[in-house]
Amino acid sequence: MRHTQSHRLGTNNATVTDKQKSVHFRFDGKEYIGFEGDTLASALLAHGVHLIGRSFKYHRPRGIFGSGSEEPNALIRVIKGATAEPNLRATQIEIYDGLIAESQNRFPNLKFDLLSVNNLFSRFFPAGFYYKTFMWPSTFWMVYEKFIRRAAGLGKISKRHLEQNRYEHKYAHCELLVVGGGAAGLQAAVIAAQTGIRVIIADEQHKFGGWLLTDNNFNIDERPAINWVHDTVKKLQSAPNVTCLNRTTVFAAMDDNFTIMAERVTEHLANQPAHLPKQRLWKIRAEKVIMATGAIERPLVFSGNDLPGIMLSSAIRSYIKRHEVLPGTRIIVFTNNDDAYFTALAIYEAGGFIRCIIDLRKNPKSQIITTIRKLGIEIKTGHAVITAHGTRHIASVDIAAYDCEIQAPISDISHMDCNLLAVSGGLNPVVHLHSQRKGKLIWDDRTLCYRPNNSSVQWVSVGSANGTFQLTKVLNEATKTTSIIISKIAKHYKISKTEETINGPKSDDSKQNWAPTPAWLINSGQPHLSEKTAFVDFQNDSTAADIKLAVREGYHSVEHLKRYTTTGMATDQGKTSNINAIGILAESLNKSVAQTGITTFRPPYTPTSLGLIAGRNIGSLFDPLRKTRMHGWHQSKGAKFENVGQWIRAWYYPQEGEEFHQAVNREVYATRHYAGLIDASTLGKIEVKGPDAGEFLNRVYTNNFANLPIGKARYGLMLKEDGMVFDDGVTTRLAEDHFFMTTTTGGAAAVLAWLEELLQTEWQDLKVYLTSVTEQWSVASISGPNSSAILEACMSEDQNITDDFPFMTMKNTFIAGIPSRIFRISFTGEMAFEINVPARYGLALWSHLMQVGKEYNLTAYGTEAMHVLRAEKGFIIVGQETDGTVTPYDLGMDWIVSKKKSDFIGKRALERESMNEPQRKQLVGLLTTDPQKVIPEGAHAVLNPNQDTPMEMLGHVSSSYYSPNLKHSIAMALLKGGFNRKGQIVYIPMLNGEQPIKAKIVDPIFFDKKGDRLHG
Amino acid sequence: MLRIKCPFCGYRNESEFSCGGEAHIARPSAAVSDKLTDSTFSEYLFMRENPKGVFLERWCHTSGCRRWFNVARDTVTHQIYEIYPAGKTPKTTIGKKAYQVNWRRKSKAEVASKYLKRTPK
Repeated sequence: MRHTQSHRLGTNNATVTDKQKSVHFRFDGKEYIGFEGDTLASALLAHGVHLIGRSFKYHRPRGIFGSGSEEPNALIRVIKGATAEPNLRATQIEIYDGLIAESQNRFPNLKFDLLSVNNLFSRFFPAGFYYKTFMWPSTFWMVYEKFIRRAAGLGKISKRHLEQNRYEHKYAHCELLVVGGGAAGLQAAVIAAQTGIRVIIADEQHKFGGWLLTDNNFNIDERPAINWVHDTVKKLQSAPNVTCLNRTTVFAAMDDNFTIMAERVTEHLANQPAHLPKQRLWKIRAEKVIMATGAIERPLVFSGNDLPGIMLSSAIRSYIKRHEVLPGTRIIVFTNNDDAYFTALAIYEAGGFIRCIIDLRKNPKSQIITTIRKLGIEIKTGHAVITAHGTRHIASVDIAAYDCEIQAPISDISHMDCNLLAVSGGLNPVVHLHSQRKGKLIWDDRTLCYRPNNSSVQWVSVGSANGTFQLTKVLNEATKTTSIIISKIAKHYKISKTEETINGPKSDDSKQNWAPTPAWLINSGQPHLSEKTAFVDFQNDSTAADIKLAVREGYHSVEHLKRYTTTGMATDQGKTSNINAIGILAESLNKSVAQTGITTFRPPYTPTSLGLIAGRNIGSLFDPLRKTRMHGWHQSKGAKFENVGQWIRAWYYPQEGEEFHQAVNREVYATRHYAGLIDASTLGKIEVKGPDAGEFLNRVYTNNFANLPIGKARYGLMLKEDGMVFDDGVTTRLAEDHFFMTTTTGGAAAVLAWLEELLQTEWQDLKVYLTSVTEQWSVASISGPNSSAILEACMSEDQNITDDFPFMTMKNTFIAGIPSRIFRISFTGEMAFEINVPARYGLALWSHLMQVGKEYNLTAYGTEAMHVLRAEKGFIIVGQETDGTVTPYDLGMDWIVSKKKSDFIGKRALERESMNEPQRKQLVGLLTTDPQKVIPEGAHAVLNPNQDTPMEMLGHVSSSYYSPNLKHSIAMALLKGGFNRKGQIVYIPMLNGEQPIKAKIVDPIFFDKKGDRLHG
Repeated sequence: MLRIKCPFCGYRNESEFSCGGEAHIARPSAAVSDKLTDSTFSEYLFMRENPKGVFLERWCHTSGCRRWFNVARDTVTHQIYEIYPAGKTPKTTIGKKAYQVNWRRKSKAEVASKYLKRTPK
């Protein structure tokens, strides 16, 4: 059954909605009809639907409250195909044919919600609830958490969001960015556009015009305001130097006018064209920014003020003017200012019945009030709504004469029924972007609002965002401010001299008397009862009672109050609640609002999808993947891979039916007994060239490199200035002024950056050039007793270099016709050769070696086997045995620290007394009592496993493997005073409740201690 | 996001750069550092200025030309007063003042360092 649009007006003057085109949509399973241009909120209100959600904490019924991004209540989930997006504001969702929307935070349904029992227990959910409850006993947190997680959180996320949605990023530059397309913004853009500079104007709504779409009964330059809007927008859209963006929210204003906006490109369409993204993120660098962001009305705080059917006065006016929807039939207006009288006028003109206007001011006078009086509408001045009553909708209010000075009702209460209450507590300029830029705010006692202190040369606020609420003044201000800001950049952009400061267009707006009366909390006379239902922040359900309790508990700073009560911390970021909360706080502290201060607004202005922020940087585009030239071979052999930084390295090569450990054991065994081949292309490689290259290396390595003969290689350890190990690798001298440095796979970029930094900032006198050549060379490293024979078999006789090829030297030759640099160096402790070929030959070299090596039992091994092989020999891996707190001495590598060199990076730091402290953690080996038991890496060792917790830690296990060659579990550990503990027993307590592992401290070289195998 | 004028590439977004912290920390030569006590040497090693106001710091155009340079930047407003080459001292009045008022100019490590002699007044 389709519902009728009972609350739609019969006239045809809507500024936004087009009544010619009807649109079908579904909300909570029911089908409705709206018109093109409707928001979900206006279309639902047209059917008399107010109740749209349950509140966060107490699950109280909540209705549509505002008409734009300030909406605190109407959070909606929109379903599209297989995906859904939660927490969208119904006031901003444009309806389209086939839209499916549902309410949130209710179970099982909106009208009957089980968790609304929380409402009955509200005295158990006071301010700071989460900090006070669930704290003890601490071990129970795991139990509490499950329940809290279920009850907390807003909306349900769709796991298949990325299947149908695409977000894009776009960069743009302009001389002037105008934020907001209302009266002030449009006027500013027009003035700027005339000069020919690049202008971008962005507005959050789908139609430009801002409040002129609502307050369209004014004239600008003697024509209806709405016509002025159409003409101005047409002018801007036809100007080649202007970009007009509607449906675009500027949500972050950053340093140097870096401004970020979210453009909703296709989500308002029933059929999204495939070539367009759902949303587009604009990153704009603007020379100047004009913030014409407008103002948002704030509500009044009284008991029951959160009932559906209570709405912001300006929102009601908007629904009437923009969508021709009158959301109630018996209406009361409650205000402390003149603006609400315009709502009363709009209601009257729409044929609505106003029961009365309740004005907190004793004797307000202005043209509009006179107009309203003449219409015969009852105005009760010096009165207040004390309480609103109703179950799921407002049904009646209690009214009494009220004294704002003593803040109390001064008469008996009278009762009045109604089904719509318009509330207006004054206007808050939207100062969020100004505040994000660290702009200061000034409290204006006359207009009762915080307005920006315009002191920056980079940006300026104009119009109602600047606290200027009168239309003629707004237009003048926009004109003047824009002229001034452009004249400042005129010289640079060679703009022909700007015209004499022109006056803005004239309007007949009569809102001259903008003087609301302060009324932060309407006191019922029984505050202990009424304040618990006087809501300040609707979305987080924080009440006047919560704020007062927080004050009693000592939370006097606005920043503390905000965090303790969560006021202003929900997805609406307190757009309607912040100032009221500050007002109530100020009153409780007996301070002025100005003295109390305001919290800092931070980005984003409105909730922004994480998908939009990520853009296309997701999935395979998230981070570059680096693969070696041999990757295809590894893949074809079924290798398992592991990530090392951005590199994908072959981890192990399981044969059919093999498990991880079986494969690794086989690879390790084969390398020691026959020969193994590993893809070492990922090692960092840096060319160091120049007359001072030797001297430079001398300064960055702990050992001597200046005296390295040509053709020889040397292992080096690099420290940072604090004496801690930073990187290691083998460096070879290719010529007098030319070295070839290798680094760890993960450290390559950092090492290059560090060396560049030293050359550019510390030793500018050294003539040295650095080039990263990691990607230019493919490397296959062959180890094992058969390696020499395999290499020989790969070379023609005249190119045989295996005779007279001493350890730690380099030779140039050809392998299978491929030009190669061969280094006789070893990371396995076996006789080994590292074969470097120009990168493009990588796969050819590898395949050739594997083929020739077949009869020598050559086995490809991965990084895991490499780790086991080096651990058997006690070789360290920087980043595994070291963590930035380990010196060469701690590793037992005193032999590599030169005693002769006058200086090297880290030398003085190593001489510090604390570096020789005998209780430093030192590298030792561990042999478990049970040879099959492998200790988990990262586990901690203790001397006595039976001591009380927290136990005294001796140190941690850095590497641990099963060695198939020793048929024994081996480990390396960094233990306090480890060098002097050899032979002692340590215990490694287990997390899973198993018995502690018992191990003996030994030397970290487990295999071939003398190193005979290196030489074949 | 700051907009920084790389002396070699022109204006670029902050995300192309990396900040290298305080500038003008002279590394004591071996001859000097041997004479420094551990605590004096640790001043050079660990102590860094963190002023509210103008700060002389090192930046590198990491995702661009990879060159290092020095910047005089206000840590509160992020205003950049001067960009000058690595190894040189600032020329603007604001920059010069920030250079002189730094405690490091009088620290034992710097006084003892021969590098100080090279720094123009």
